[in-house]
Amino acid sequence: MTTDTTDTAGPVAHRFRHQLPLLIWLVLVWNLLWGTWSWANLLSGLAVALAVTVLLPLPPVTGGSRLRPLPTLSFLGWFVVDLISSGALVAWQTIRPSGIDRSAIITVQLRTDSDLLLTIVAESLSLVPGSMVIDMDRERRTLALHVLHVRDDADVERQRQSVLTQERRVVRAFGSPAEVAALGTAGRSAA
Amino acid sequence: MSALEVARDALAVVLLLSGALLCLTAGLGLLRFPDVLTRMHAGTKPQVLGVLLIMVGAAIRLQGWSATWMLLLVAVFQMLTAPVSAHMVSRVAYRRRHVRRDRLLVDELHTGAGVGDRVYRGDEPADAPPEEPGAALRESRREGRREGRREDGAG
Repeated sequence: MTTDTTDTAGPVAHRFRHQLPLLIWLVLVWNLLWGTWSWANLLSGLAVALAVTVLLPLPPVTGGSRLRPLPTLSFLGWFVVDLISSGALVAWQTIRPSGIDRSAIITVQLRTDSDLLLTIVAESLSLVPGSMVIDMDRERRTLALHVLHVRDDADVERQRQSVLTQERRVVRAFGSPAEVAALGTAGRSAA
Repeated sequence: MSALEVARDALAVVLLLSGALLCLTAGLGLLRFPDVLTRMHAGTKPQVLGVLLIMVGAAIRLQGWSATWMLLLVAVFQMLTAPVSAHMVSRVAYRRRHVRRDRLLVDELHTGAGVGDRVYRGDEPADAPPEEPGAALRESRREGRREGRREDGAG
């Protein structure tokens, strides 16, 4: 769908459209580094950003590039809550005398099929609920995670559910309608 | 000095100290946890949270927006890069079998029942030879023979 509209616009415009978020981000970083907003900073930042994107081209990120305000807020809120609770939990496990519980390596079948969304899911999972991504099978959409603090199989299942919940939050916030729909059908068929 | 400024300073002190404490627990975790995978947990979560708290505390204490933007950038890049580096290290650790299997409840990634480690207990040096070198050599020879036969059949 998106490729049709961009192919008619020509390869240069196509590339520019895909590089635009990166350009904006680079200009923003440049200005934040200088610490003040001015036209000189803006123009020099634009020059640096163009040089970086032309000299070091990256493959374009496609799919799932929209933003829903309310689910995004909910995702960010849960992210902060999870970040604080998991940080406190791991910190407590390092200082308590009995040390840590047993850990586990689990694989989780995800339902999303977008590079960008999978990246966000993996990044946020590594930061939040006591889990860390070890490996990812892009073809089968499975994620292998190492989780701290499991005592029995019920804990393992709880961790698996929390991973799927995290995925749902990310897709609801950033995914296309088709991806959100895929989430719902997959959840129903699994339940 | 007004009451508002005192309250602001107190908040900044609390944030800075708790952030420093969390970074300390990250260091403690590196010492106390048994293997690479669990140590990477200690290296990411309390440490990232600690850095974030220190950034917020510093932003409250420091005057001027230019410092605040810089601190915001530090926080953003910390959250972007820490998971990636932790993932790369733990992935390599898993593939080089630096895993304390006696401390694992389940390992769903480890496929096949016959390939379990019998000798290694995790925390071997990075250039440790394969377990039971004789068996590994026999395996590789068998693989080579099988491949050679397949090539003969194809040719």
